[in-house]
Amino acid sequence: MSKPIILIIQREFLSRVRKKTFLLVTLIGPLAFGALMIVPALFASMPEDTKQIIVLDEPTLLLPHEGKEQYTLEYLDPRENDLELAKELLRDSQYDALLYIPAGENWDPDFIKNNILLFGKEDPSMEMQGYLDYLLEEQINKAKLLKNGVDPEVVAQIKTNVTIKSFTLGEEGTDEQSAVPIKMALGWITGMLIYFFIFFYSVQVMRGVMEEKSSRIVEVIISSVRPYQLMMGKILGIGFVGVVQFIIWIGLSGILYTVISTFLFPELFAEQAAAGAAGNPAADMVGLEVLDMLRSIDFTTVILGFAFYFFGGYFLYSALFAAVGSAVDQEADSQQFMLPVTIPMILAIVTAMNVIQEPNGALAFWMSMIPLTSPITMMIRLPFGIPLWEVFLSGAILVGTFFTVVGLASKIYRVGILMYGKKVTWKELFKWLKY
Amino acid sequence: MITAKKVSKEYSSKLALDGVDLSIPKGSIYGLLGPNGAGKTSFIRIMNQITAPDEGEVYFGSELLQPRDIARIGYLPEERGLYKKMKVGEQVLYLARLKGLTTNEAKSRAKEWFERLEMSGWWDKKVEDLSKGMAQKVQFVTTVLHEPELLIFDEPFTGFDPINTNLIKGEIQRLNENGATVIFSTHRMESVEEICNHIGLIDNGKVMIEGDLLDIRKHYKDGTFAFTTRTAFSDWGSHEVLSQKEDHMGYRTVLKSSEFPKELVITLSEKETLVAFEEVLPTVSDIFIEIVKNGPKPWNHE
Repeated sequence: MSKPIILIIQREFLSRVRKKTFLLVTLIGPLAFGALMIVPALFASMPEDTKQIIVLDEPTLLLPHEGKEQYTLEYLDPRENDLELAKELLRDSQYDALLYIPAGENWDPDFIKNNILLFGKEDPSMEMQGYLDYLLEEQINKAKLLKNGVDPEVVAQIKTNVTIKSFTLGEEGTDEQSAVPIKMALGWITGMLIYFFIFFYSVQVMRGVMEEKSSRIVEVIISSVRPYQLMMGKILGIGFVGVVQFIIWIGLSGILYTVISTFLFPELFAEQAAAGAAGNPAADMVGLEVLDMLRSIDFTTVILGFAFYFFGGYFLYSALFAAVGSAVDQEADSQQFMLPVTIPMILAIVTAMNVIQEPNGALAFWMSMIPLTSPITMMIRLPFGIPLWEVFLSGAILVGTFFTVVGLASKIYRVGILMYGKKVTWKELFKWLKY
Repeated sequence: MITAKKVSKEYSSKLALDGVDLSIPKGSIYGLLGPNGAGKTSFIRIMNQITAPDEGEVYFGSELLQPRDIARIGYLPEERGLYKKMKVGEQVLYLARLKGLTTNEAKSRAKEWFERLEMSGWWDKKVEDLSKGMAQKVQFVTTVLHEPELLIFDEPFTGFDPINTNLIKGEIQRLNENGATVIFSTHRMESVEEICNHIGLIDNGKVMIEGDLLDIRKHYKDGTFAFTTRTAFSDWGSHEVLSQKEDHMGYRTVLKSSEFPKELVITLSEKETLVAFEEVLPTVSDIFIEIVKNGPKPWNHE
């Protein structure tokens, strides 16, 4: 590498790392990560708000079911109350909802199932409805079975819960227990991280380009170095900032997790651990299974893949963002160019769920070949164990596209940085490619 | 120093430079003049290798312009600025190192310049905390720090306050005396007339006229003479009077005469009223207007 580009990388790196905002973001990052881990746990351990439901149960279908912690059921005597009275009662009381189960003429379950009413002081939540649906269906089923002379106990016995243990067929009989849920989580998290990092750092490249343009220093600089060197120096410099920031984040997150789990909320985490360790054979089994599953994931590939797709994606997108930054005078104008550039990334996120469910499907395959989506899509697929040729092909396409895009972006960049006070259109951008 | 041969450059169907031939002599202060959009900045960017010509060649000395020549050029663009968040000293060093100076060289030279232009004490200030005039001085130092053989200033005095303008004009002349070739590019032709000794006039991407400033002005002289008399005088005979006004020396009359107005000089001298007499050479902008209106005047001698 030539000397000027090293100088540029140095400046881009140091000027960012020395900023107070860098320190702030770097420290707040792990705190946010920590908060992500701790807040749901805190909320989950908080006592739930209890909803009290009065039930006017004419056919005594639910009675004497008391509901659960979250939804308590209290019954009105159907001989003394009707729907109107019950509604009045709801209005003037501290109760939250009223469930009305009519008996109909002859307690026909098919009549009942269609005429159950729920009134709430506020809109009854989906969750409450779901819970009551479940309770009622269970009771109505029972009632129907009895009516047809079938013992519900027998039905409960017949009901079978199938658990399939799935394996990935390995070579020479070393079948590995597959770990779909963990792979899903891993793919999802790493894919999201890639998306986030590409966006975060590429936008910084764009801002940097616009800063040089708006402060009018760019022409001074490119009378000393090639525009291409300036652009690449900026991309590499900010890339290094990303690497450093990422390493600090991982380190700090680890420390923070240890601190929280051992000092701040030990009982919270101990509970979870105890569930596994306290001689509960079922939990023990789960623990072993998780270990087995973890063993089945090729972490080397995932980590190497993460590094590769992080850089590949970042370089590709930052070159595009640099071109966008060079073409506009202020950030507000950048929107019209940023949208088409970011659409592929958003597409990769939108299809992430489908890819996770069918990691070897056609959609997943093609999205992980198209270079603008492959960093995210391929990252999501990697934990599932992808044929090596696919990984290499997608990598090669990404690298190849990167060089093409950098060539095109630097052409736009070269013209754009010297263009002031002009609202640039797409047509014009294409013209610049031919300058 | 710089020789351009048949240089052309086209920007999306607009011809910015159309077969430009220019030669900028070593050691000269060269005025690259012309209205806005004439092609001056396009030509300067070619010299700085920011863009390449579509056709033609540019020579630096006797050799074709090469990437490494960048270190021998100091360029102050029309659109100029500095990194606002960077400290002055750091920034000066950074820009000098991009031009190929070592850190130590850059540091010792920068200290010298800072002392010279009374900027000591600015080293650790951020650019955004400087006044506009101060930033201009910093900008000037960054342009000349690597001791370039060729200095190019594009619209150098727009945005500079009068004190800085004079200070910097002086510094530029000093650098020129020490051997640097200087190019001033501007559309305000009168602003550089007094310091340039060579000019090139460009319009619509074409060179209208080029050469030694004095030679050109002599070439375009059109028999205009100015008399300053102590008392008002009105008998100018058959001469066409262009203007008359009172100034600190008396009454100044400018008139046209197809030949040297010997009779008038004698008459006025005898009346003991003549204070000053001179032949008026056309200014560069006069010449420019003349050329745009009537085309270049052929050189008859030789």
